[in-house]
Amino acid sequence: MRARLRKRHRSERLFRRAGLLAISAAVLVLALLLGSIVTSGLSAFRQTQLLLDVDFDATVVPPLDGLQAIERERALVGTDLGALVRNALRREFPGVHRRAAVRQLQSLVSSGARSILRTMLVDDPALRGHTTPIWVPADDDVDLLQKGSTKRAAAVDARRLSDAQIGWIDALAARGRVRTTLNTTFFTSGDSREPELAGIWGALVGSFLTLAVTLAIVFPLGVAAAVHLEEFAPKNRWTDLVEVNINNLAAVPSIVFGLLGLAVFLNLLHLPRSAPIVGGATLALMTLPTLIIVARAAIKAVPPSIREAARGLGASPLQVLGHHVLPLAMPGILTGTIISMARALGETAPLLMIGMVAFIVDIPGGVGDPATVLPAQIYLWADSPERGFVEKTCGAILVLVAFLIAMNGAAIGLRQKLEKRW
Amino acid sequence: MTATAMGSRRARPVARLRLERAIRWLLLACAATAVLVTIGIVLSLVFETLRFFEQVAVPDFLFGLHWSPQTALRPDQIGSSGAFGAVPLLAGTFLVTGIAMLVAAPIGLMSAIYMTFYASRRVRQIAKPALEILAGVPTVVYGFFAALLIAPAIRTWGLAMGLDVASESALAAGLVMGIMIIPFISSLTDDAITAVPTALREGSFGLGATRAETIRLVIVPAALPGIVGAFLLAISRAIGETMIVVMAAGLAANLTANPFSAVTTVTVQMVTLLTGDQEFDSAKTLAAFALGLLLFCMTLVLNIAALRMVQKHRERYD
Repeated sequence: MRARLRKRHRSERLFRRAGLLAISAAVLVLALLLGSIVTSGLSAFRQTQLLLDVDFDATVVPPLDGLQAIERERALVGTDLGALVRNALRREFPGVHRRAAVRQLQSLVSSGARSILRTMLVDDPALRGHTTPIWVPADDDVDLLQKGSTKRAAAVDARRLSDAQIGWIDALAARGRVRTTLNTTFFTSGDSREPELAGIWGALVGSFLTLAVTLAIVFPLGVAAAVHLEEFAPKNRWTDLVEVNINNLAAVPSIVFGLLGLAVFLNLLHLPRSAPIVGGATLALMTLPTLIIVARAAIKAVPPSIREAARGLGASPLQVLGHHVLPLAMPGILTGTIISMARALGETAPLLMIGMVAFIVDIPGGVGDPATVLPAQIYLWADSPERGFVEKTCGAILVLVAFLIAMNGAAIGLRQKLEKRW
Repeated sequence: MTATAMGSRRARPVARLRLERAIRWLLLACAATAVLVTIGIVLSLVFETLRFFEQVAVPDFLFGLHWSPQTALRPDQIGSSGAFGAVPLLAGTFLVTGIAMLVAAPIGLMSAIYMTFYASRRVRQIAKPALEILAGVPTVVYGFFAALLIAPAIRTWGLAMGLDVASESALAAGLVMGIMIIPFISSLTDDAITAVPTALREGSFGLGATRAETIRLVIVPAALPGIVGAFLLAISRAIGETMIVVMAAGLAANLTANPFSAVTTVTVQMVTLLTGDQEFDSAKTLAAFALGLLLFCMTLVLNIAALRMVQKHRERYD
């Protein structure tokens, strides 16, 4: 008898321990996921730059006085600004002569340095003929070296920088000409083939435009449908059918909505591919069922006494709705809407099907321009074989997660502040 | 009604009635758009699938064992016989889903049980937000995590143990997909367990059962339809998941049950067939719609079965 009791107590302890193990496993995996992304992603917010004394040689740069900004840009079109960068590098290391070595030296600076020089000349044409120290972004191999991702001690074959190149970087650092500073390029420029020049601004604008379209479509539609189903629909078989239909739609895989968007918006309506208007409409179709369910719950939570009191004072059904029910249900509806928008922000699969996964460099100007969204940008960068893009992908994930935390936090805060307990 | 409350003139009430009726029709139309969406999905999928079956026979698609979606661009092109057998894709989908459920079902169920019956307030304060965060992570992040960390780790361990592990193994995709569904199963089984009336629980304690015995012998059997419904919904979610498998599983259509080999799933092929430059009428792009219809039907059946089980479970204890 006592032996049986001991056995039962032991199995109780094991069971309890198994439950604790399960929860710990889930929490540990979350910590591993977040930890790996954060450690790899924080370095994306810093950029290695080199200080070069650039001589805006009057024999290379055409005269720019008296021209408008646009004319100045046009005048600089054929100018070999890369030569100015190369000359500045050669002046730092005058002993380098062989062609292969010179090419290695020049590959230390990013190809984006040229456009920085161009922008400076367009803004300030008086630079022509003078020498100015300028911080230019380093190539992504140098960037990874300075951040410690590429180890100096590794074998020559395992790294993309030769010993000579590392020697030059160390020499520049000794002269105080190397710094790793805040990476504003990441937040201000669009996508690029070069990791050191790639930024998420294009994807952020695209996500913003897409979500704006989604919100504009799904909020009126969803609230109106919820109002109808909750307040005015007769209790017959058709209404039951609509309810079952909405519950099923909420569980359909998101990629099927992508197919629907492809068939209807692109093939039938011939809307521009990769545009936020198509992406927003597709995401609207996807979030419509969940928004209807959330709005219905919020409307149902308003007690019938409010409605009956309003009717008793002579209000028509629509007046009851507009003056009493909707304002009281609005906090719940807004909370649910913010949470739905946060989920739509993270969606990639349906947007893959309608073509919002393309290499787009320009920042979209409106809802009809080709654009990409932040999760799609993450997907594109994750696919890239270049090592420099690994930290950029993690950095973009951190930005996305920051937005999701902000949106969910706003929704929870809104719910706590405005919730009325009946 | 037409007396002093609304004004003594007869014109105003009529105008208001007309406005009200118009707005109510508008609201009805908005509710009908939800039905329109379903009709749109079914119609567009069926229409394109019928066009697909003009080029590929139905039994070849549903029972074919070879998936190699090449179509001839010119009539005399060699080496471009398209084989559109979906069985390897279904095998890959079920393999990845199976691994995911093997991971998620025990962890999710035991987490829900622990949080309901055993957890102290501090554990609950950490565990509940952790599960909500896991649920809110976008799937593209999970996919990147699988491709960056999990797949190479599995490959290293597998090679160290002498196994032949592909760099994009089904195990990597299945593990991460399992992690993704854990909060899903946890919250749904939590609902099922708390729906069991406390009378049953207290009766069992009153008869001297330990908590583990109560859970194993009383609560779980009572909540079983709800739990099974939760599992069915989780399977449906795993089958329809795209980003994790696109980033972590491969494109090789292998008909295998080996978790270390590379497999491809229905959703991966849907994405691959449509992202790229193809003519819209070729059997290649239409195959994506046929796969989409297949996916839609599978998830629809699973969802209806799951919802019916959950409803039956709730009705039992009303």
